Amino acid sequence: MNKTGYFGNWGGSFIPEVLHQTFEDLKEEYQKAKADPAFWQEYLSLMSTYSCRPTPLTHAENLSRHFGGAQIYIKREDLNHTGAHKANNVIGQGLLVKRMGKKRVIAETGAGQHGMATATMAARFGFSCTIYMGEVDVQRQRPNVFWMEKMGATVVPVKDGSRTLKDAINEAFRDWVTNIDDTHYVFGTACGPAPFPEMVAWFQSIIGLEAIKQILAQHGRLPSRIYACVGGGSNAMGIFGRFFQEKGVELVGVEAAGRGISSGMHATRLSGTDASPGVAQGYKTMFLQNEDGQMKETHSVAAGLDYVGVSPILADHWENGRVRFESATDDEVMEALDLTMKMEGIIPALESSHAFVQAFKEAPQLSPSEAIIINMSGRGDKDIFTIAHAFKDPSWKEFIIKRGLEYSKETLSVVI
Amino acid sequence: MNLEQQLKERLKDKEILLMTHIVLGYPSFTVNRQVIRQMIENGVDCIEMQLPFSEPMADGPVILKANQDSLAGGTRIADCLAFGAEMAAAHDIPFLFMTYYNIIFKYGEEPFFARAKEAGIKGFIVPDLPPEQGETFFRLAEEFQIAPILIFAPTSTDERMRELDRVGRGFIYCVARRGVTGKKSEFGADFSDYLRRCRAATAKPLAVGFGIQNRDDVQALIGKADMAVIGSQTIRLVDAQGPEAVGPFIAGLR
Ligand SMILES: Cc1ncc(COP(=O)(O)O)c(C=O)c1O
Repeated sequence: MNKTGYFGNWGGSFIPEVLHQTFEDLKEEYQKAKADPAFWQEYLSLMSTYSCRPTPLTHAENLSRHFGGAQIYIKREDLNHTGAHKANNVIGQGLLVKRMGKKRVIAETGAGQHGMATATMAARFGFSCTIYMGEVDVQRQRPNVFWMEKMGATVVPVKDGSRTLKDAINEAFRDWVTNIDDTHYVFGTACGPAPFPEMVAWFQSIIGLEAIKQILAQHGRLPSRIYACVGGGSNAMGIFGRFFQEKGVELVGVEAAGRGISSGMHATRLSGTDASPGVAQGYKTMFLQNEDGQMKETHSVAAGLDYVGVSPILADHWENGRVRFESATDDEVMEALDLTMKMEGIIPALESSHAFVQAFKEAPQLSPSEAIIINMSGRGDKDIFTIAHAFKDPSWKEFIIKRGLEYSKETLSVVI
Repeated sequence: MNLEQQLKERLKDKEILLMTHIVLGYPSFTVNRQVIRQMIENGVDCIEMQLPFSEPMADGPVILKANQDSLAGGTRIADCLAFGAEMAAAHDIPFLFMTYYNIIFKYGEEPFFARAKEAGIKGFIVPDLPPEQGETFFRLAEEFQIAPILIFAPTSTDERMRELDRVGRGFIYCVARRGVTGKKSEFGADFSDYLRRCRAATAKPLAVGFGIQNRDDVQALIGKADMAVIGSQTIRLVDAQGPEAVGPFIAGLR
C-alpha cells in the first residue's frame, strides 16, 4: 500500500472504502491523460474555441499611475466563458469524464461560479448534472442558480451545518458514494482527496503558462510579485504554477479577513493564527476548527472564499515559505473594487478583489520599472445583488422594490 | 479476550449477533444511558458509540442530524470519553467508538488510544481512515490492543478485501450497499454474492450494516453473516416514540 498524494505534510486521501476503487480508476485515468500530449492539445483547442483562451494580460495604466509604484498587470480570467477561472478546471475534468465513459456529473459550489461552469460543461458534453449549493449561498448568488437551472442542471440547496461550501462538499460526497458507477464528482478547487488537488492545479496551470509569456512580451522581464485570492486555492495554484521555479518572483496569496481577524468572522487559514492541522473532507490541511476538531463557521463577503480548509499544496508552500499569505477585510474589498471600476472600467469578482487589495497596499513600495500581476479570477457582475447591497445603492434598491411589487401583484392576482 | 474472541464466544449460542449504534449526546447523555440499558437488557451483543463530528461525510440524513444536534447541544469529546468509560464499566458487552479521523487526530492519536484503553473500549470504527493513510493509527491499535475495525464495500475487489483483512481486527463491517447510512437496502441475489465474496476474504466475524430496519432484515442474514448492525432505525424510533420503545424493538429482532 503506497502513501501517495502528499505535499510535504499535507494532502492524502481520507475516503470511505466504497470510494476506494473509483479513486484508483480516477488516478489511473488522470495519469494516462497527463502522459498523453494529445489530451492537452485537445484541452487547449477546446479552451480557445469554446472559452476565450488565452485570456489577456491587461496593463492597468491608470491604477499604476495612481499608486505611483509598480506597473500593475491584470490577468483576465473574467474573460473565460462563464466569467471565471473555474472553466479551466471543469472543461479539463469534462474531457476526463468522456474518457471514463461516465454519464453524470455532480459538483459543489460556493459562489456559484464552479456550479455554473459545471452546468455549462454538462450541457455541452451531454451529461446530466446535479449541483449542491449551501442554502446561504443560494441566497447570496441567486442569479447563478437561475442560469444553472436554465442550462438543465438540478440545483440542490444544502440545509445542513453552516449551509455554505463545506456542507455542499459533504452532500456531493454523499451523492457520489451512492451513485459511483455512472457519476463523476467534478471537484471545484485544489482541495479534497488525491488526485484532486494536483489534478485541478494541473488544469489551472494554463493561467500561469500564458501569463509568463505575456508578461515577458509586454514588460520585457519577470514580475516582482504575483497576487491571487485564496478560497480553496485553485486560481492561486493556476497562476503560481509556472512561477514556482522562478525564485525571484514573490508569490502572495490573499485570504478573506471578513469582518477582521480579531472578530472571529473570517476565513483566514494560512494568514492568521486561528487554524490548526486537521483531516476533513478527504484531505489533511490547516482547518478553522475548535479544540475538539469540530469545524467552525467562517465568514466572507465573497462566497467563494468562505471555506474552512485550503489546498494542501498551498499549505505546503506556506510551511516552506515559498508563498506569503495575507488577508483583506470585507470593507477593504469594497474599496478596491470601487477604485478598479472607476479607474479601469473593470469589475472584479468579490473573491478576486481580495487580491487587488493586497496589490494596492504594496504597489507604492515598488519602483515603476517593476511589474506585478494580479490574478483576476472572475468577473463581478455575478455579484450584482451583493455589491449593490454593500454599496447601499439607492436607485438599485428602488428598482428591486418596484420589481418586487410587480411580482407580488402577479402572484396575488393568481391566488385571487 | 480480544474483541474477535468475545464475538466468537457469543456466536456459540446465537445464530446471529446484534450490534446497535448511538450518537453520543443525542438527544442527551441521559437518554443515551436509558437507550443503552434497554439495548443490553434485550440482548444486544455489541454497541458502537459515535462521537459526533461536524462533517460526517459517510452518514445519511438521520445520523447527520443527530451529529449536528448533539454538537449544537454542547457535546464535547471529553464528555464522550467519560461516558464511554461509564458504560464499559457498567455493562458486560464490548463497546466500540465510531467517529471520523479528525476527532482522534485533533485529540492526539496516542492520548486518544490511551484514554480509550483506560475506558475499556474494545474497538474503533473510523470510516474515513483507510489503512494506507493510518500508519500511526494502526501501529497504536496493535500496541494498545484496541481493534481497528475495517469496512468492506460492494465496490471492494477481492484483492482489496484480503488487504483490508490483513490490517483490520475484531470483525469486518460489510456495508450492504453503495451510499450513506439510513436508507433501506435490498437483500437480493447480488447481495448474497457480495456476502460470499466477503466470507471468502476473511475468517473474522462478518457484520452487515446500512439499512437494516426490522426482523425480516435480520433473519435474512442468518447463515450469511455473523452480526446485524442497527443504526439509523433506533434513532428514528427514539425521536418518534422515546427511549422506552427501544427495548421491545430490539427484543423483536431475533
Ligand atoms: C471568481 C472566483 N474567484 C476565486 C474563487 C475561490 O476559489 P479558488 O481559491 O479555488 O480559486 C472562486 C470560487 O468560487 C470564484 O468564483
